[in-house]
Amino acid sequence: MKAPLALIVLLLLLLWQGVHMLAGPDALAPPLQTIAYLGAQLPTPEFQAHILATGSAFALAVAIAIAGGLAIGLATGLSQTATEVVEPLLLAGNSIPKIALYPIVLLLFGIGMPAKVAFGAIHGVIPVAIFTMSACRNIAPVLLKSAAVMRLSRLDRIGSILLPAALPEIVTGLRMGFSLTLIGTVLGEMFGAQSGLGYLLMTAIGLQNTQVIMAVTLLLVVFAAGVSTALLAYERRLRSRT
Amino acid sequence: MSRARRIALYQALAVAIPVLLLEVACRVGLIQPLTMPTPSSMVVGLVEILASGRINAAILKTLANVAAAFVLASVAGVALGALLHRAAPVRRLLEPLFSTYYAIPIYAFYPLFIVVFGLGDAPQVLIGFMLALVAVIVSTLNGLDSVPRVLIKTARVCRMNAVQTATQVTLPYAAPHLFTGVKLAAAYSFIGVIGAEFIMSQSGLGYEIRFAFDNLDNQVMYPLILLILVVSVTVNFTLDHWDKALRARRGAAR
Amino acid sequence: MAAPHVSMRGVTRVFPTQKGALHALGPVDLDLRKGEFFAVVGPSGCGKSTLLEMIAGLAPPSAGTVEFEGRAIGSDVPDGVGVVFQENACFPWLNVADNITFGLRRLPVAKDEVARRLDYALGLMGLRDFAAAYPAQLSGGMRQRVCIARTLVTQPRLILLDEPFGALDQQTRLLMGDELLNLWRATGATVLLITHALDEAAMLADRVAVMSSRPGCILEIIETGWSADRDSRIVSDPAFGAVTGKLWGLLRDQSLNALGPAA
Repeated sequence: MKAPLALIVLLLLLLWQGVHMLAGPDALAPPLQTIAYLGAQLPTPEFQAHILATGSAFALAVAIAIAGGLAIGLATGLSQTATEVVEPLLLAGNSIPKIALYPIVLLLFGIGMPAKVAFGAIHGVIPVAIFTMSACRNIAPVLLKSAAVMRLSRLDRIGSILLPAALPEIVTGLRMGFSLTLIGTVLGEMFGAQSGLGYLLMTAIGLQNTQVIMAVTLLLVVFAAGVSTALLAYERRLRSRT
Repeated sequence: MSRARRIALYQALAVAIPVLLLEVACRVGLIQPLTMPTPSSMVVGLVEILASGRINAAILKTLANVAAAFVLASVAGVALGALLHRAAPVRRLLEPLFSTYYAIPIYAFYPLFIVVFGLGDAPQVLIGFMLALVAVIVSTLNGLDSVPRVLIKTARVCRMNAVQTATQVTLPYAAPHLFTGVKLAAAYSFIGVIGAEFIMSQSGLGYEIRFAFDNLDNQVMYPLILLILVVSVTVNFTLDHWDKALRARRGAAR
Repeated sequence: MAAPHVSMRGVTRVFPTQKGALHALGPVDLDLRKGEFFAVVGPSGCGKSTLLEMIAGLAPPSAGTVEFEGRAIGSDVPDGVGVVFQENACFPWLNVADNITFGLRRLPVAKDEVARRLDYALGLMGLRDFAAAYPAQLSGGMRQRVCIARTLVTQPRLILLDEPFGALDQQTRLLMGDELLNLWRATGATVLLITHALDEAAMLADRVAVMSSRPGCILEIIETGWSADRDSRIVSDPAFGAVTGKLWGLLRDQSLNALGPAA
């Protein structure tokens, strides 16, 4: 498992270097230079302010997305009718290009923190809800029957049967929700913000500064891939028990 | 009233009630017209814009780019998925990439695409293609994984070669999974193309919305947003309907 | 004596595993007579399904030779061999008629002949009312009939059955057994049945081979001595009890072995 991960990182770096050599430095800063630049930028207060701005907005957005998604998923997943009513609507919501809604978010919340939090949360809440709902529905009926036979209370049923049984699939939803919320938050910063990594990215795109573009992208990718891989490992461990 | 009808009714209510509330909130002044016009005026505005024909070119451009990204991603995704399924070591190598792929902000690569491919339609199509591709590959792999060994053995008993087995046994068996991938590809192509147009492009629906937003032109912006919602939801429901029909014939067992 | 229809000599199967080589089967020497109904019983994990797959050309032996009609079997399924598996092998996207003719349509057989054989198989397996139904709409027993019919229409000279009734209930198994005997008499094919059910082997077969636990070898071959026109009613024959008793006597120790030391 370890070896392929290192190998794929190496291959991606080589691909990056290759595209840099083919497309030229105007299109793409080379990997080593980008890493060095990122290393030099990370300790500066300006860069840290951007990270903090994105980080705090993202933390809030992901908390809202997870809480909202779990609430919707659990509330509807426990009822067959509610699931049948809500699931197609959620799937349709998932297929909407959310960027088209961004102007509305900006008009409602104004430029700044609330808008990017809202836009991030909009991206994450639906996948969490969909996976939670499907996790509840996929629980083996025999487990619920056993809970009934053991005369567990409603709360106990949810706490000791439903959540543990549904957890692996819920974690899948959290992983999706996490990734999409991050993308949503950064996208939100690209238009409606004066600070943050998305703002930095958009300014760099305007100035064609590929070094900043690649440095910010690298930082985001490493963070997203790192957390996503950790969640995936946790998910695999949960699933291997069943 | 049949169960299916009751569910359809609830769904209609779940959409209609918030829209009605929004309409009322706009009319009584709870939401300022500068923030959002009434939903009914959005519909009227959309009909007018469509009838005037002044954004037909943008609509066509967006739909053509979405279609190109969708078709390319579906074909390439199924082909690559089928190849990867046969090449286990390569698949193991790429699997971590697939599982974190959707955590990568693909829009950040947009400037690179513009430098490499120019200012035409290619960068937008490429963004839609890249968003859609991995979903199709992963669905294809899942589908091929689900084919029971006994059907492969049956193909061998029928003395079929590898290509016949793929086209007549494994791919048909995996069809529901493939369709899930295709459904995602449609949504992701749309999301990718509109997003790319919105961020930095000089044409297409996404650009028109951005332009209207920058000019505070709510009379154009909201109807166009409505149009995008209607198109994406309609495509999604249509594909979902086909999907259900396909699965129903195979029984609920799978 | 006529040449055997299937002949196995010194057939062995070794699986590579992470803990080294696993000797799964053999050496096995076995001859099947043309037109006989032969059954193999053995404890679970003794390699009886592997034995069938080697005759079918689905799995190559690690050592030894397998011949069908005097020709060595390679890594392909030979012409004239049909296989029915335990698992549901129906194609879910094809209706019953298309499932049955799936293999036949790949052979150089004229269209009206395909239709004629389909009609015959539908009638023989009691599927006539379900020709347009999809597998998901059928019971497990009906699906297995479709798989048997699919094998039947290609008119194989050797029919291999790998626990074909394993997933069915007892009454259905007995009735399917009768249908299998009818089919065997109607086609004159050689039949090899792999099963873990002693009564099934005792009722259906002319000869029953008993296999040992892993590595599976043939302990003994028992002649049942039934007449060719037998059916499931022989289960009430005292001789039937004697045959199953003898089989169980041979198998009991082997099954205990297979169950592991704790048992």
